[in-house]
This record gives sequence, C-alpha cells and structure tokens, in this order.
Amino acid sequence: MRVLKLAKKDEKKLYSVLVNFGEVWSPLPKGKRFSYEKIEDPKDLVLHEECIRTILPVKKFLMPSDFNILSFTPQQFLTSNEEIPFKVIVSVPPCEIHAVNILTKFYTTDYVDNYYMKRREKLIIIGKSGIPDEYCFCHKTNTSIVEEGYDLFFFDLGNYYLVWVGSEIGDDIVRKGSNIFDENLPKDVSQKYVEFRKQKNNSFINDVELEGVTDLMELMYDADFWDEFGDKCLSCGQCTMVCPTCTCFNIIDDLELNKELGHRRRYWDSCQFKDYSIVAGGHNFRESQAGRLKLWYTHKLKAFIGHFGSPSCVGCGRCIVTCPVDINVPTVVKKLKG
Amino acid sequence: MKYEYNKKPELYTPIMMRIISKRDLTPDVRFFQLVPKEEYKHLDMDYKPGQFMMLSLFGTGEAPFSISSSPTRKGIFEFAIRKTGKLTDKIFELKDGDMLGLRGPFGNGFPIEKMLGKDIIIVAGGLGAAPLRSLLLYILDNRELFGRLIYLYGAKNVDDMLYKPDFVEMLDSDQIELFLTVDKGNEGYEDSIEEGKVTHLFKYITDIDPANTIACVCGPPIMYKFVVKEILKYNLEKDKILLNLERRMKCGCGKCGHCIIDYRYTCIDGPVFTYWDVIHMRELI
Ligand SMILES: Cc1cc2nc3c(=O)[nH]c(=O)nc-3n(C[C@H](O)[C@H](O)[C@H](O)COP(=O)(O)OP(=O)(O)OC[C@H]3O[C@@H](n4cnc5c(N)ncnc54)[C@H](O)[C@@H]3O)c2cc1C
Ligand code: SF4
Ligand code: SF4
Ligand code: FES
Repeated sequence: MRVLKLAKKDEKKLYSVLVNFGEVWSPLPKGKRFSYEKIEDPKDLVLHEECIRTILPVKKFLMPSDFNILSFTPQQFLTSNEEIPFKVIVSVPPCEIHAVNILTKFYTTDYVDNYYMKRREKLIIIGKSGIPDEYCFCHKTNTSIVEEGYDLFFFDLGNYYLVWVGSEIGDDIVRKGSNIFDENLPKDVSQKYVEFRKQKNNSFINDVELEGVTDLMELMYDADFWDEFGDKCLSCGQCTMVCPTCTCFNIIDDLELNKELGHRRRYWDSCQFKDYSIVAGGHNFRESQAGRLKLWYTHKLKAFIGHFGSPSCVGCGRCIVTCPVDINVPTVVKKLKG
Repeated sequence: MKYEYNKKPELYTPIMMRIISKRDLTPDVRFFQLVPKEEYKHLDMDYKPGQFMMLSLFGTGEAPFSISSSPTRKGIFEFAIRKTGKLTDKIFELKDGDMLGLRGPFGNGFPIEKMLGKDIIIVAGGLGAAPLRSLLLYILDNRELFGRLIYLYGAKNVDDMLYKPDFVEMLDSDQIELFLTVDKGNEGYEDSIEEGKVTHLFKYITDIDPANTIACVCGPPIMYKFVVKEILKYNLEKDKILLNLERRMKCGCGKCGHCIIDYRYTCIDGPVFTYWDVIHMRELI
C-alpha cells in the first residue's frame, strides 16, 4: 500500500486538489454539534484533532432520507436515472467507514440495491483517525482501525499527516496533489505512529464491555428491564435515524396534481414506530414498545452476526447523545450485565 | 473501490401486466388472471409455488401477493386478492384489459426438490388456499412425482371458501384425499363440507409414514399452533413441517427491514419456514 505525508503547512491546499474529484463535503459546526455540509469556502475545510461525530452519519449520502426511486404514468414505471455527482467526504472517522462497509455488504447481499450502489460508487471517502470523546466506544466494537473502504486515510502525527492510499481514486488524488503529498517519510514515522496510537487508545473513557452480550441478549430476553425501557421510550425513532448502520425504509406513492405523473418515494423508517410490523387484518406482530426495543438491540448486537459475522454497532456513540430518555447501547448493556 | 454488480434488472421497477380475466371467489376475495405486456413476454419469469410478487398500482402503492397459479401452466399469473384497504380497494375497481405493475418473484417458495417422491399433507385456512393452490396445481400436474396427496381446507363459512366449486368437484378425484370444513353453517353442502375447525379433519388422515411425509401449512396467524400440534402427533420431523407465513413487506428483497423476524427476513428466508425455524426464532408464530 502507498503511504505518503502531507505537511500541515500545506493543509490549506488540500481543498484545491480534492475539488477536482467532486463536491467537497466535511463536518461543519451546527449549533453545538456537527453536520456533513458542502464546503464552499476552502477555509472551512478543517481537519480536527478529535473524531467528529456529525448529527447524521455518512449514510445520508448513500441512502438519502427521502428520494424518488421511480416515476410512473398510468402506462408504465420508469426507473429514476437521476445523475449522482461525485462527492468527496473529508474527515470520516474509522467507525463510520466500518459502517459504510457494513451498509455495502448489506445492500449487495441476496439482491443488489442499485440506488445504494450508484451512490457508493460516486462517494470518495477521506478518512481520518482522531481522538475519541467520552461517548466513543469503537475500541470495544473492533472498529477503531480500518483496513478497507476508504480512498485516503489520514493520521495526525504532529506537524504532518500520514496519508494511506486505499484505492485507485485515492492514488489519482495524491498524483494530482503531487505538490503537497510527499513520498519521503520522516525517519521517526513509525515511532510517531505508535505514539499516536497510544495516545488514542488512552483517550477512551467509555468502558462499556460488549463481550458476551450476544449470549446475554438471549438469556435476558424476558428480563423486566425491557419493560422499564419500553415504558420510557418515546417511539420517536431518533436512535434509528442517527445510527450509521440502520437501513429501514418505507415506500410510498405520490401523484402530481395533474394525476398523469407520479413518483415512488423511499424514505427512512424506524422499527421503533408503532405501525412498523402491522399486517393485513390489523395484526401487529410487535405490539409493545419493549418488543420493538428488543428487536433493535437484537439486530444491533446479535442478529447481524448471524448474517454477516460481526455486530452492526460500530461504537459511534450517536444513540448515546441522541436518545432523549437515555436508552442506548451502554445503558442496555449495563442492564444486560445485571 | 470497484464493485462488481449486476446493473441489469431493476429490482424496484415493476413490469406491466394486463388483466385478462377476473371473478369473485368470495364476497371479498377476487381472482385475477394477468399476462405480461407484449414487451415483457420474453422475460424468463419462472417461479416456485409459495413465492410471491409485489403488485403495484399507479399512484396507490405496492403490496405483496402470493402467486396462486402454478409454474407448470406458463404465461399466466394468477392471484387471489382480498379487499382490505387502500391498494386492494383500488385493485377491485380494475376492469379487464387494465394494467398492473408487478415485480418479483420473491421469497424462497416451497422446496420442491426435497418434496419429490414424498407424501404431501397440505393444510389451508381461509386465504391460505391462495398460495397453496400453486403447490396443489404443481403436484396435480406432476402427479407421478409425488406420493399421497392429502389436502385439508378450513374456511369461516361456505361463502368464504376459496375455489369452492373446484374443491367440491375434486372430492371425487382419486388423485387427492381432500377434506373440507367450515367453522359454522354448511347448509347446502352437507355432503361435501364438514362443520368444525380445520383441526377436526385430521381424524380422517391415517397411516401416515412420518419418514416419507412433508406437511405444508398456510392460514391466518392464529391457526399455526393448533395445526402444528396435530401434525406433530404423526411424529413428523420438525423440518418436514413447512409453514407459509405473512409479515408486513415493503421491498420484497431484504432491504426495507419491515419483514424481519429475529435475524431473518421473511421475504428472503421465507415466507416458507420449517417448524424447526419456528422453534428457534422468537415471534415467528
Ligand atoms: C408474503 C405475503 C403474501 C400475501 N399474499 C396475499 C394474497 O395472496 N392475497 C391477499 O389478498 N393478500 C395477501 N397478502 C396480504 C396483502 O399484502 C395485504 O392484504 C395488502 O398489503 C393490503 O394492502 P392495502 O393497501 O389494500 O391495505 P392497507 O390499506 O395498507 O391496510 C389494510 C391492512 O393491511 C395491512 N398491510 C398494509 N401493508 C401491508 C403489507 N405490506 N403486508 C401485509 N399487510 C399489510 C395493514 O396493516 C392493514 O391491517 C400477502 C402478504 C404477504 C406478506
Ligand atoms: S447502536 Fe449507537 S453506538 Fe452503535 S452504531 Fe448505532 S448509533 Fe452508533
Ligand atoms: S430508544 Fe430513545 S431515541 Fe430510540 S425511539 Fe426510544 S426514545 Fe426515541
Ligand atoms: S420486505 Fe423489505 S426486507 Fe423483507
């Protein structure tokens, strides 16, 4: 694999290189939090020292929260052939890259979802390993290090960034930016890298212990705490909206006013909504909110392993900062452990 | 990263089919015969009994329906549709020659390969006779490939019995051991249709060879527990009892999440599950 360096004094020139490859998007402050936004002013492209937890994860680019999949007339259905622009997403933390890899696996298993894949092919991911905050727990979900799924990946090693090239497009980018990307690595690079890893590992505060939760989900399936959580839960679905590996959607048809043209919309849905599992005759397979929470946590911590070999929680901490009543992976795991 | 994937068939885009005929099976269930529009006729739309398709109507939406016809009778797709809400109300307004969108087939369907040479017990309740008709016709069309064919069908009342004339006629056939029942009120059909739950019909089924028998069940959610209990009395192995289940579905292809049970998608790993699956998965029946 190619590894290069980018001197911090050249950081400001990064935008001018990346913009050749597509729209540049990166976390920008939004209130007290961050959101992936399109960078219009090169000065706004900042590589933060910390891992940035945006309100919505990268999935918002890959499976938009609401979009048309088809148009139709009374005579036929037409696949949407909307042009998807290339987007370069800068400062994507390791857990989110893992999440994208999980989404890609999910969307290509059994049947391939072209709406997802068309967007995935147009997404260029510039990852960056940063310092975790008190909510991060990717060190417990094995998602703090990435091996694939990025085009370039940055490590902050003091006065320069170490840059790993992960794809052909990544290679094109460093070639295009040959004036700022340098192949001559300093002698002390491995020492610096080890120091960075140490510093990162020592910064984790969240010590939620996930070992054994798969079995505990099974053993504690009928435990009382689920009902307590169920009573508290607002069924607002925010946890599923912000989770980088939640994928559920609903499909609905809209007609234009003239009733000659319509659109089939696909938009995010949540397994925490009450009507999620209702079938004909009004039979609801998951009547209680406790039942719906169990479904979610079974899916995050256990079920996905059966399908794809790893849990689908990547430890990003979004459910922790988002749920208004403190139902999240650490609080559930704590109860599971009794 | 480069991804290898098939860009051809558009998973979510229905193809158009024309209604060539329809008739009422019960006061609220209508039978539709559809053929693909000319430009889609070349498509290989083979399917298995027990599979379903997503049926779309311009501007109203989409829902899953079991294929009621058999792949042995190519070219025509048949569905039995109950009027129950937004989409099905609109489908009931359609006339011969009108068009519907379809995509699929989806789901695993019945494991026909494993059923060859076996004695088959089919148990249907209510609308469950729709998907099971596909299996029934398949077996009748390939009668020599299967052993005994036993069919038990229970409906609420005689008016709610699907394909009633066909079934009543079949009672005289030596190809099938058929028993019909209604919960209440068999007036006019005393000779052919019993009164009582479908579970009462099991008393007519004797000399079952458990090693060589496969049971297929489809009906309303409430029915499965009771029927399975009866079948287990014949000592059938748990993976020889097949249940065709229903869940809410939006995509049919394992993506929207609506049909999930534990870690399995009804639309991919089902709708046909074994009783073994049922024991090992919560919430299945
Ligand atoms: C695998 C499978 C096979 C089926 N086969 C048949 C069949 O052969 N014949 C038949 O008449 N029906 C069948 N159904 C049920 C059929 O899909 C629903 O009756 C249909 O979705 C109702 O749509 P609607 O718009 O008319 O009703 P709505 O106005 O949407 O609602 C009416 C009722 O149907 C429920 N419902 C809505 N959407 C769905 C959905 N996607 N899946 C299940 N229930 C839903 C609602 O909760 C409500 O109780 C099958 C369902 C599944 C999952
Ligand atoms: S479950 Fe919570 S911590 Fe895990 S990936 Fe989803 S939002 Fe992040
Ligand atoms: S767990 Fe929290 S975020 Fe999720 S639906 Fe319940 S209240 Fe909302
Ligand atoms: S119907 Fe969408 S996942 Fe099964």
